Amino acid sequence: MNTTVLEAVHITKYFHDPLDIQVLKDINFYLNRSEFVSVIGKSGCGKSTLLYILSTMDTDYEGDLLIDGVSMRQKKEAELARVRNEKIGFVFQFHYLLNEFTVLRNVMLPGLKLGLHSEAEIEHRAYEKLKILGIEQEALKRPNQLSGGQKQRVAIARALINDPLIIMGDEPTGNLDKKNSEIVFEIFKELAEVYHQTLLIVTHDNEFAARTQRIIEMEDGKIIRQ
Amino acid sequence: MIKFKLIAGISLSLLLARWKQTLVAAIGVTFSITMFIALLSFMGGLNSLLDGLIVNRTAHVRLYNEILPSRQQPVEQSDDFKNKYAFIHSIKPRNERLEIRNSGAVIAAIRKDPRVVGIAPKVTTQVFYNVGSIELMGVVNGIDPEAENRLFAFSEYVTTGNFMDLKNVPNSIILGKAAAEKMLANVGDVIQVTTSNGERMSLKVVGYYQSGLQEVDKVQSYASIATTQKLLGETNSYITDIQVKLKDILQAPAMAKEYGQLFDVEAMDIQTANAQFETGSFIRTLISYAVGITLLIVAGFGIYNILNMMIYEKMDSIAILKATGFSGKDVNHIFIAIALSIGVFGGFLGLVFGFGLSAAIDQIPFNTPALPTIKTYPVDYNPNFYIIATVFSILTTYFAGYFPSRKASRIDPVIIIRGK
Repeated sequence: MNTTVLEAVHITKYFHDPLDIQVLKDINFYLNRSEFVSVIGKSGCGKSTLLYILSTMDTDYEGDLLIDGVSMRQKKEAELARVRNEKIGFVFQFHYLLNEFTVLRNVMLPGLKLGLHSEAEIEHRAYEKLKILGIEQEALKRPNQLSGGQKQRVAIARALINDPLIIMGDEPTGNLDKKNSEIVFEIFKELAEVYHQTLLIVTHDNEFAARTQRIIEMEDGKIIRQ
Repeated sequence: MIKFKLIAGISLSLLLARWKQTLVAAIGVTFSITMFIALLSFMGGLNSLLDGLIVNRTAHVRLYNEILPSRQQPVEQSDDFKNKYAFIHSIKPRNERLEIRNSGAVIAAIRKDPRVVGIAPKVTTQVFYNVGSIELMGVVNGIDPEAENRLFAFSEYVTTGNFMDLKNVPNSIILGKAAAEKMLANVGDVIQVTTSNGERMSLKVVGYYQSGLQEVDKVQSYASIATTQKLLGETNSYITDIQVKLKDILQAPAMAKEYGQLFDVEAMDIQTANAQFETGSFIRTLISYAVGITLLIVAGFGIYNILNMMIYEKMDSIAILKATGFSGKDVNHIFIAIALSIGVFGGFLGLVFGFGLSAAIDQIPFNTPALPTIKTYPVDYNPNFYIIATVFSILTTYFAGYFPSRKASRIDPVIIIRGK
């Protein structure tokens, strides 16, 4: 079970505007299957920037990124979109649900894009995911009818729909109160322990990080502890 | 297929989420297509009406003899003066009859030509109408009423009486309306005409002719060929004009040249005879197309604005779609689909309303003494206008959607997500 799903090799990144600033300095680390890892560090230490590179959305960096053993360096935009669709699930600080669609449809969209299953099958799977997160009775509502905590759980369901290799979270509890943060953390924990889901969560909540399996701590664009 | 459905579904949802704005955009397209169709149909109708005034009544190729000086003067035929320049003063036209020589054989030959719809022979002569002691100038056209009606819609211009009476009533005449009013001649009256040779004859008025051109109606009148030949004291082979109607009017100049050489007569094609009408029609059509296409382009800018606004509003949605695996191409397709559905929906309604508006214009009364056969405004229901409108509505909306879509497809999700 101890296979590497994600590996960062000498990742370096500069911001060019307004001045050339090196935000990431020679980042090397790996992520094993079914690990629950958190990345912590002070504001501005480059942890979000690192996450966007790891998520393939940011392609302006030096070094290499291997997902499932495959280099992302030479891939084109459409191929990277396919990788994100198939292998990566996202949970952001903000939920980013589409108000034009029902909760169910929001969860289904990445599945429909991947197109591995029929629409009926995807709908069934979306219900399954919502059930895991305990919000299946909200399936036919619009996102703007839901509370903040519920919205974040829908966003997690959406991240799960294609059974991704890794779930990446960018401050997923940053906008939530104590109680909802606790619920979301419990969900992540359950995903890791029961479903052996690999999780990589960026947070500045040290309490949250302390309860994960492994902590990567960053400072000034470098990993100081992992 | 499933991917197409997914893109279409997302487009539809975005479109419905902003249905008021998209409706305004669609109404813009509908309005411009409606006006485009109505304008072109009306202009087309007007053009064919005005062309019809001349073109339908004129022979495509007319064969006739004209009093002209000889093209080759005797001095040029002499061997003694070869390679010399001859300066000849006071050339007079040669004494030639207006008759087309061997007209029977010429007519038979043209009838056999597969490019010809039909021919109508004619005898034209100058006369004086005698009203008491006053003499009025006039022209009598001896025609074959059946052929004339079949080829040149003669009956449409006979406003009173039956044109076939020319054939059925001996020594009959259809007078130009203006000429008849001058002479106070009613249908059934007998009038006197005098030819240039001094022959005098009584003719019975069986109808009035009104072309819509006052100057023409003042002088022109019609009789049968036989009556006119009798008036001139000529035999029944005497023909001064042969009017030819062609299947393809565009061949007229070439065929006029061909017939002129073949039969050794003057041959005039319709394009040369009526050059100004061609130009007039062309300019009118050009102007109406220009106005119509301008309307469409303005509607295109409306769509461009609304899509741009929608993209700004939906920045987050675009970012998350990209983050969860939709490629730039998919996002591009979504917005192109929105633009095209506005174009197709608005354009289709525009076609329907355009047809309706044309039909309404077609019902507006339009009575003018100059055009006796026209009762309502003319409208041309040319399917080409509808095809052009469809193509243009889709093209302009596509281009109006192209740039905003390209912008949407290039949105970097990182910037949006980081910005929150």
